[in-house]
Amino acid sequence: MILAQDGVNVAQNVGFGIIAAVMIVAALCVVTTRNVVHAALWLVIVLAGVAAQYVLAAAEFVAISQVLVYVGAVMVLFLFGIMLTRAQIGREQGLNNRGWALGIPVALLLLGVLCFAVIDAFEDTTLPAENEISSAGGIAENPTAIADNMLSPYLVPFLALSFVLLAAAIGAIVLARKD
Amino acid sequence: MLAVNFLLLGAVLFSIGVFGVLARRNAVMVLMSVELILNAVNLNLVAFALMHGNVDGHVFALYVIAVAAAEVGVGLGLVLLVYRNRRSIALDELSEMKG
Repeated sequence: MILAQDGVNVAQNVGFGIIAAVMIVAALCVVTTRNVVHAALWLVIVLAGVAAQYVLAAAEFVAISQVLVYVGAVMVLFLFGIMLTRAQIGREQGLNNRGWALGIPVALLLLGVLCFAVIDAFEDTTLPAENEISSAGGIAENPTAIADNMLSPYLVPFLALSFVLLAAAIGAIVLARKD
Repeated sequence: MLAVNFLLLGAVLFSIGVFGVLARRNAVMVLMSVELILNAVNLNLVAFALMHGNVDGHVFALYVIAVAAAEVGVGLGLVLLVYRNRRSIALDELSEMKG
């Protein structure tokens, strides 16, 4: 059995399993529901589940950023987009392409290849438990280490990202402006 | 906790996102599926950071979050522009550049 092994934190594994099951169901609903607003709300569940998984993976700062940026800002943007481009709120026809069923074999094939590669490469790799992390250093003092990394070795991508965000904000205003 | 748990969850989310991009006709729904794909990648980055015990993966994940926010902003601006010009955001109707 690859999904559990001896000597691991049972509560962590059970929590992971429950959150993962909820996330997969919600993600399937995002791509299959017939209602655009419902798809956005299912997406909120997936994104919040990802944030919970980050907490389980000892990435609290990334989890908080996920909640702030995705669940807060991006979802509001999506709902604005839906409401500005669709007058009707409710079930609607024609959300899928004509050849949409072709996506199922493609996705299953991709999933098979990915699962094979992942299991082949990382079958026996265990993640360090919480108490081992705190003694190992580095990842333990999370926000400090992230700040040290972001502002010294990764400073150039950080500045580039600032320009990307500025350009995207100005570009979005220019595109969406009415005149 | 095994590393494959996180990586397999990422693989499943990625495949669902790819299916959404291929199957959906509504541009906003395609953007939502792209968000699923980006989150799958972020989950893998955070799992690798935990596996190797340093925070480089967290930094990458934060950068991906920022780029995704920019992408959604520009993407929805484009969708809005298309809707204003054509009264529809069905992607298969945008075929002017077809050879």
